[in-house]
Amino acid sequence: MHKITRTDTASPVVGVSNVHKSFGALKVLDGVSFDVNRGEVLVLIGRSGSGKSTALRCIDRFETIDSGEIVVCGHRVSGPKLDLRALRQDVGIVFQSYNLFPHLTIEENITLAPCSVKGISKVQAKEQARRVLAQVGLEDKLHQYPEQLSGGQQQRAAIARSLAMQPKVMLFDEVTSALDPELTGEVLKVIEALAADGMTMVMVTHEMGFARGIANRVVFMHRGKIHETGPAAILTSPATPELAQFVGTGL
Amino acid sequence: MGGSLNANHLMFLGYGALWTIGLSLIGLLGGGFAGFIIALCRISPSRIVRLLSAGYVQLIQGTPLLVIMFLTYFGLPALGVTVFPLTAAGASLTIFVSAYLGEIWRGCFESVPRPQWEAAEGLALSRSQRMMKVILPQAVRIATPPTVGFMVQIIKNTSLASVVGFVELARSGQIINNSLFEPFLIYTIIAVIYFALCYPLSRFSHRLETRGGPARLELETA
Repeated sequence: MHKITRTDTASPVVGVSNVHKSFGALKVLDGVSFDVNRGEVLVLIGRSGSGKSTALRCIDRFETIDSGEIVVCGHRVSGPKLDLRALRQDVGIVFQSYNLFPHLTIEENITLAPCSVKGISKVQAKEQARRVLAQVGLEDKLHQYPEQLSGGQQQRAAIARSLAMQPKVMLFDEVTSALDPELTGEVLKVIEALAADGMTMVMVTHEMGFARGIANRVVFMHRGKIHETGPAAILTSPATPELAQFVGTGL
Repeated sequence: MGGSLNANHLMFLGYGALWTIGLSLIGLLGGGFAGFIIALCRISPSRIVRLLSAGYVQLIQGTPLLVIMFLTYFGLPALGVTVFPLTAAGASLTIFVSAYLGEIWRGCFESVPRPQWEAAEGLALSRSQRMMKVILPQAVRIATPPTVGFMVQIIKNTSLASVVGFVELARSGQIINNSLFEPFLIYTIIAVIYFALCYPLSRFSHRLETRGGPARLELETA
């Protein structure tokens, strides 16, 4: 298991303040602000099109913002002089569709970035690949190709691939939405273990039961705005009718 | 004058066929190299580079190869540059092939699913690392069938080099016909030889395509 280094100050790992973004005439983020502190798990929920995935993608600069500020691990993501590769070494992202590289084995998928980006040796990288795969329970799949794995296994391998870069914060973008309930469970278990380990995480999910169990804070997005936010308890006793309706259909 | 088709004629045709193959290889290698650069330019982050390379592709694809041959063989000497038939034919084919392969390969790069690019970006790989280690290996798999298929076009188009005095298969047939006056026989032989060169490639391309089917499907869902 790799340890999260707790080197720094009290400043949040992810700071999002008053972010606005439009796709053409459509306002997707309308003054969104939230902070994520070290070791915290923030869960973004909301209907499709509420802006939650966009908010998440802005953190890793897969989307640019129109105004406001985003600071992640000391990188001014919204700034003009952002070192994009430095940001992405600190941020791990896992997607809904796994996105493992189909032409590489699981081991090669995992060692690619540490070797090419961080310049660590092949031997070290392979050692690390075994370690992160053990962490997600796939140590026996080292030499298989992605297509030989089930969806849940592919998603766990994708998580391991991100972990190998030793990110300071992990982003999960609806990582179980493409999986059936059984496979969803095995992926969620891995994420729970990461949270227990102290990993800082921001995730978009539709798994309300899971969100209730893991979230330090829940952000409910509605029409590009943060409609309600608070501890996981807001999922069981929502203050706004919109969230009540949303969890009512979800639970 | 006259006489009948003999072993020497056939040798001459064989020699011409070899030049057809040689010229095709020059076109494929030269055009492949230039086409690869064109394909990279077509997907460059720089708008200017994209526009210029798109302009090049449009210009060349909108010009008959025959005219490109005339330009290099007859046009350049008028400007004081001496050009041999082989150089003119080789250069023209390279230009012609680069525009087509560049466009075919651009499509192949772009048909690697978008999330693959994002995943590579998310891992902090540089643009060239993403290209070489993630996109290119997948694009090559997609590109092989259409590239082999396009080689058929290259082989057939080398026949145009006969107009600049380059003695390849079609030109050697003309020369023999000029002495034998057996156009139906001679050109049938020529056609058969072209077919024998092209058909295996067509079949090979087709086989790659059917075999590549499921592989491509995996790429999309992966």
